[in-house]
Amino acid sequence: MDMNVSKKKLGIKERYAHMTRGLGWEPTYQPAEAVFPYDKYEGIKIHDWDKWVDPFRLTMDAYWKYQGEKDRKLYAVIEAFAQNNGHLNITDARYLSAIKLFWQGVSPLENYVVQGFARAGRHFRGEASRIACQMQAVDELRHYQTQTHSISNYNKYYNGFHSQRHMWDRVWYLSVPKSFGEDALSAGPFEFLIAISFSFEYVLTNLLFVPFMSGAAYNGDMSTVTFGFSAQSDESRHMTLGIEAIKFLLEQDPANVPIVQGWIDKWFWRGSKVLALVGMMMDYMLPKRVMSWKEAWEIYAEENGGALFRDLARYGIRPPKGWADACEAKNHISHQIWLLFYEYGGATAFHTWSPTNEELDWLSAKYPDSFDKYYRPRLEFLRDKHARGGRVYQTTLPALCTTCQIPLCFTEPGDPTKISHRETVHEGEKYVFCSGHCQEIFSNEPEKFVQSWLPVNQIYQGNCFNPDVDPTAPDFDPLKAVLEYFHYNLGRDNGDFEGSEDQQNFAKWRGQAGHN
Amino acid sequence: MSKVFIIVQANEEARPIVEALVQDNPNAVVQESPAMVRVEAEGSLTLNRSTVEALTGQPFDIQQLHINLISISGHIDEEDDYLTVAWNN
Repeated sequence: MDMNVSKKKLGIKERYAHMTRGLGWEPTYQPAEAVFPYDKYEGIKIHDWDKWVDPFRLTMDAYWKYQGEKDRKLYAVIEAFAQNNGHLNITDARYLSAIKLFWQGVSPLENYVVQGFARAGRHFRGEASRIACQMQAVDELRHYQTQTHSISNYNKYYNGFHSQRHMWDRVWYLSVPKSFGEDALSAGPFEFLIAISFSFEYVLTNLLFVPFMSGAAYNGDMSTVTFGFSAQSDESRHMTLGIEAIKFLLEQDPANVPIVQGWIDKWFWRGSKVLALVGMMMDYMLPKRVMSWKEAWEIYAEENGGALFRDLARYGIRPPKGWADACEAKNHISHQIWLLFYEYGGATAFHTWSPTNEELDWLSAKYPDSFDKYYRPRLEFLRDKHARGGRVYQTTLPALCTTCQIPLCFTEPGDPTKISHRETVHEGEKYVFCSGHCQEIFSNEPEKFVQSWLPVNQIYQGNCFNPDVDPTAPDFDPLKAVLEYFHYNLGRDNGDFEGSEDQQNFAKWRGQAGHN
Repeated sequence: MSKVFIIVQANEEARPIVEALVQDNPNAVVQESPAMVRVEAEGSLTLNRSTVEALTGQPFDIQQLHINLISISGHIDEEDDYLTVAWNN
């Protein structure tokens, strides 16, 4: 028998109110403080959790419906891509290094954010905030899974995609995103929210997912652009929540303002350092480029971030402390990071190479103030050296910044010829930093950052060898032993692109595409 | 006035969204990049349900935007009939 139901549907605001309010209860078996032990110690004061509103007013039923639709579309593309040997339609096998770095260093971060939002959702008291955190945790899990499914197709054909979980906990350059994620995960729930939802998702993720993913499309990688944009459709919700979360905290109590400002200062700087890797991917690893890192920074950080901070000024919030230095660095970081990875190309699970003349000319045009003066001569020198049979591979290990864990390769603000180097002595121990901002982050939380697991320091202490190696053996090669500990397939995963197995296979398979 | 933007995927589902934004926001500027379309404007942008429905001849739920949305900037005001993004500066 059909039920006679009213035709009138609730409006979006009524639906949101019904699905996010009045769902909680006052605990009686335990005091509320024991049930929610972590939402006070950071000093944030919340007087009315019901003021938390998701501007999209997304409710769980709508969430499942739209996410299901997104996934159906995504998996149709991934399947078609795999069935039609889509990997042979990319511009050039050099492009795969960008996807390897994404897979090794970005995807596991998605998995960390799942844990972070699950935890924040557990520890916030307001129902609407808990629902928002729950959705975001599920989103991030979806990102990790869809990236795994999309990229596993590349793992069938190319090197460097294996052993992601193993490498994440060990490999030197992956400690940069890993330590970033662990810093956020081990912070209180409100700091986590400002670190990830606001500083990273709102101010910085556009730089990763918009121009870089458009670049993936430009390079013929429909699989990556599809998971990238599918993830970004969730990110646009997260960004909106990020700005909502910060307004909520600032409006709840004036005492929250200086605490939030401190977190913005810290996390903007930390995020801008992690994204130096993306700068290198955009400027050097995409054979066809949509825009330069500098242009992307100007649109998404300076213009959009600038509008945001003008807007937050009414709460007494100013742009992050490192803003001017990060903006100046837009002319330099992608080149400095690429040169670092090129020289340490024997120890990366992706390939590096010398840019072609056409690519050097593109960089000269995009970076008129810095490239010809500081970077082109070095790249040409390294290319000439390689042509004469002397490919440069650094074998001594660099000093790492205790905070961001990036080797000291960035230069002083105002002087691109001088490596920036800071030191702090804390309880008799010397700590090294890449910048005054990273040094200050350490000084604000020394108890946390003295625990940094710095790969170079661990290697020198002998903690990065497989258990069966004998460092006293006469033929012991420490660098090789470390790379084996990382689970690299030596000579296949690492080294120059020129002459690599990936280069040869791609050329051979693509050659077969047109004939038997 | 600061600039706001809405970026959607370059596909057939999102095309009427871009067309509706252009139709209803005279100062909107459209920039096409590989696989994506960015619509930007000084101050604010409004997407009206009725405009999308008139263009496609089909019912449209404002939240369908989520399926093809890539990025958005500004404060969001969403109702059943419209979505507006704006900066207060």
